[in-house]
Amino acid sequence: MKIQLNGDPYELAGPMTIAALLAQLEIEPRRVAVEHNLDIVKRARYETTTINEGDAVEIVNFVGGGGGEPVR
Amino acid sequence: MFDDPLVIAGRSFRSRLIVGTGKYPSNAIMADAHGASGADMITVAVRRVNVTDRSKESLLDYIDAERVFILPNTAGCYTAEDAIRTAHLAREVGLSNWVKLEVIGDERTLFPDNVALLEATRVLVRDGFVVLPYTNDDPIICRKLEEAGAAAVMPLGAPIGSGLGIQNVNNIRIIREQSKVPVIVDAGVGVPSDAAMAMELGADGVLMNTAIALAQDPVVMAAAMKLGVEAGRLAYRAGRIPKRMYGSASSPVSGTLAAVAASGAPR
Repeated sequence: MKIQLNGDPYELAGPMTIAALLAQLEIEPRRVAVEHNLDIVKRARYETTTINEGDAVEIVNFVGGGGGEPVR
Repeated sequence: MFDDPLVIAGRSFRSRLIVGTGKYPSNAIMADAHGASGADMITVAVRRVNVTDRSKESLLDYIDAERVFILPNTAGCYTAEDAIRTAHLAREVGLSNWVKLEVIGDERTLFPDNVALLEATRVLVRDGFVVLPYTNDDPIICRKLEEAGAAAVMPLGAPIGSGLGIQNVNNIRIIREQSKVPVIVDAGVGVPSDAAMAMELGADGVLMNTAIALAQDPVVMAAAMKLGVEAGRLAYRAGRIPKRMYGSASSPVSGTLAAVAASGAPR
């Protein structure tokens, strides 16, 4: 099934939870924040929030920056 | 005498220097520079995780969040909506409900869009954030940001990354005079004398990134900036002498041999 992950098309085997997606991507949950269809997902809900066909998921983290860097 | 913390929204910081995390030659050099700067508040940007290449090290491996306070920023946001969304995501990472709020208005100058900045400040204050807006060196917008609930105002000294130093000395002085919240000069510093000048004008702190990160030796420059900020702060507290048009001798004027000779006769 297809989803939008960080703005790009992404293929998943089927519906899965946010927690499962992070595990599949080898991302440490405590260092990121996740948006699901533009709603912020609290960390406590990673196990219970399911990603379905066509959903948009954003995963962000902290990177180096002081100010003003243009959007890449 | 040296117990003089920077207090923002009830939280005390030992250092009045706030540093960034961008543009360093390596994470290891960044960590050393942070140590040399003495800063106990460090700002970080929020970006999408690279989902295809997970080999990159995490920035947080190089920041001791037990020792320093992490200040997320909304660098790179060009609309109030993007900045608000980014601030909420940053809070969700769980390290801080503070935000260095940036809404950039123009790619070339990187000057803030003050209309959008004010709007985003109002929304984020309502949403429970401690908001530190990066703003133009304009006393009027600084007053409005303070009225909107900003915990500090952060006027620029010069464009981000320009290293030009404080361009509008008088405005920074006026902003300090009128503000009840801390004034942090954010952006434009090139050398420690710029940071010292900001502090001499009465700024409560200075935030910088490029001047340290892109110096030929970032660690040594970080140490220099620490001294610049401290020297400027001490000078501000000490109270400078008034400026004069003409000389004013600092030695006694009576009793010199020259005075005897000039008068033409012994007294």
